[in-house]
Amino acid sequence: MSEDTKPADSGRRAVLKTAALGIAAAAVPISGFPQIMKREIKDITLRHIGVSYAVQRAIGEQASKDLGFKIEMQNLDTSASITRFVTQPNSVDIADMEGWQVKVAMARGILQGIDSQKIKEFDGILPIFTQGVYEGRKVSRQGISPYETMYTDGPAAGKILEGQQRWLTFLPQVFNADSIGYRPDKVGREVTEWKDLIDPKFKGRAAILDIPNIGIMDAAQALESRGDLVYGNKGNMTRKEIDTTIAALIELKKQGHFRASWSTFEQSVELMASGEVFIQSMWSPAVTAVLEKGIPCIYAPVGIKPNGKEGYRGWCNGMGLMKHLTGKKLEAAYEYLNWYYSGWQGAYVARHGYYSPVPRTAKAHMTPSEFDYWYMGKPAAEAIRSSHGQPIGAVGSVRDGGSLAQRFSNIACWNTVMDENQYMVQRWNEFKAA
Amino acid sequence: MSIRLKPYLQLAPLTLVLLLFVAMPLVFVVIVSFFHTEGFDTVAAFSLENYASVLGAKLTLMLYLKMAKYAVLTWFFCTVIGFFIAYFLVFHVRNRTVAIGLFLLCTVPFWTSNVIRMISWLPMLGQEGVVNSALMAVGAIDSPLRFLLYSDFAVVLAYVHLFTIFMIVPVFNAMSRIDRNLFEAALDAGAGRLQTLLLVVLPLTKSGIALGSIFVVTLVMGDFYVVKVMSGGRAASVVSAMFDDISTMLFPHAAASAVILLAVLTALIALVGRFIDVRHELVASK
Repeated sequence: MSEDTKPADSGRRAVLKTAALGIAAAAVPISGFPQIMKREIKDITLRHIGVSYAVQRAIGEQASKDLGFKIEMQNLDTSASITRFVTQPNSVDIADMEGWQVKVAMARGILQGIDSQKIKEFDGILPIFTQGVYEGRKVSRQGISPYETMYTDGPAAGKILEGQQRWLTFLPQVFNADSIGYRPDKVGREVTEWKDLIDPKFKGRAAILDIPNIGIMDAAQALESRGDLVYGNKGNMTRKEIDTTIAALIELKKQGHFRASWSTFEQSVELMASGEVFIQSMWSPAVTAVLEKGIPCIYAPVGIKPNGKEGYRGWCNGMGLMKHLTGKKLEAAYEYLNWYYSGWQGAYVARHGYYSPVPRTAKAHMTPSEFDYWYMGKPAAEAIRSSHGQPIGAVGSVRDGGSLAQRFSNIACWNTVMDENQYMVQRWNEFKAA
Repeated sequence: MSIRLKPYLQLAPLTLVLLLFVAMPLVFVVIVSFFHTEGFDTVAAFSLENYASVLGAKLTLMLYLKMAKYAVLTWFFCTVIGFFIAYFLVFHVRNRTVAIGLFLLCTVPFWTSNVIRMISWLPMLGQEGVVNSALMAVGAIDSPLRFLLYSDFAVVLAYVHLFTIFMIVPVFNAMSRIDRNLFEAALDAGAGRLQTLLLVVLPLTKSGIALGSIFVVTLVMGDFYVVKVMSGGRAASVVSAMFDDISTMLFPHAAASAVILLAVLTALIALVGRFIDVRHELVASK
């Protein structure tokens, strides 16, 4: 539509303009992609498989609508998905993985390299992922950081390489930092340190995450914060460190400190909302879900303190292309990857508290006040609604944990699987059985 | 020739299905249990390290003790409740149709999923749940009873709720086959109601109880979800530990653990088998 359209058109234009602004620009068409011939691609179906919080049906539906071919989202839990990728690689097109799963997948040779030159917004990806630095700080390398597992040697994806390369093992798509969640009405003070998770004051009112490889990191954060010990690498502990951690956990359990431990998103929401627990390891959208029920809940801002303690546990899911993708299907997969970075997804996941690695395109799909609230950590200029349309932030409220920059320059460690994994899992179960 | 072949042919389809879907996967599990884990990779090998690791761990003993505790408690309550429900249905409800109707009523909860039936206990037992609210309202307690949920109590309660039907059915079946004349005989011989129950009904339903026990105990031993949810993740089970292994690709270790659990269960069933003839129980009706 050019500027010198007939006056009769201006009314319609105004309406369009308002609509576009009003509804978070959600309807802005995706442009600039070399659309492959509709006729050839309409039969293509891409199966994008992974955990429910990263591989979301609504995103797949939108992508199918925008791209003209079918995206099928399938959810499995973390273990079932990696098992499927490894044992039935041909039943998967796009594998959604965390850093440690990339290591597994690469060891089995089931991925092909992603050509970063075919990713339009590659230069828009935050340097956390591409360079391992952010806000002038080196991003923590405790655990398995996405930067560490992101690059490979070529289209055949032979092995993981350190440092920037043309070829990628996976393309980061959604990430966040996990922290402690708490009920301000019950706790009665501000929580900014992990040691509060094991504060005797909350005896019988605390819960910890029961996914062994990341639950133990939350425990390590708490013990380090309390001053019990300093870990060499919380994401890759020695046997001795594991023993110390488990001994401390068993001690706490014997004192009746933990009311429960949770392993699913819903359980954590339920524990908090029902008042069984006042403080626990928690994920940002779970805090949002508690707020949606009208119950106060805070995602504790555990930024790194001047003494170097505290910090969030970061995680990142990314998309890997399976080796069997070729020809038109591979082209379609690249279109899909580019669609992911075009903004709709970034805006969608932001509304339940996650981030896209390419904030600049997400911005175009959000209202300015939404973007300021979710990404910039500024006070809400208008009432903030979740992706389900529930009001969760009043005018003037600020997102817990602040801006994206504040969170991600404060990562203490990344989700991981340790070298001593088998030993750790066994010891963790001793804690459970104690 | 054809006469001799016929029974084998008749058996063939079932044998094939069993071989394919029961025996084969088991064989794989046994094979993998000897494999070796290297980093994230499973390497074909013949190594006893997984068995050494499982059998040598204090954890295994802890898990089996916990499992035994759950199994015994659940078995006890399921047996008592199941026995008396079946007793009532078979001997007290005169009308056969009504009895069958009531029996079917027992199965109604099973039309919904296990998960739903278990999770519906959460709002019942929580600190702001139905039970605590009611007790507080009538002034029986001052502060909520917290042992109700996320405890061994909650786990056993859920097990009993979920598995009692597996006791009712075989006991009901065994009781239905008891010759009613025996009651008159017992009465004539001067036995009271309790004596008849203990000396006539109980021995004759022994095999039904044994069969039900197999169901209940194996279900408890194979469970990990009920323990997880009802204990609020505070207790682990043999199977939940396997699940944690599998979630980080430690297949051989999990397989060894599975083989050991299978051996324990087989031994248990063999033991029960000494007391009852399962085949007789299933085939010989009156």
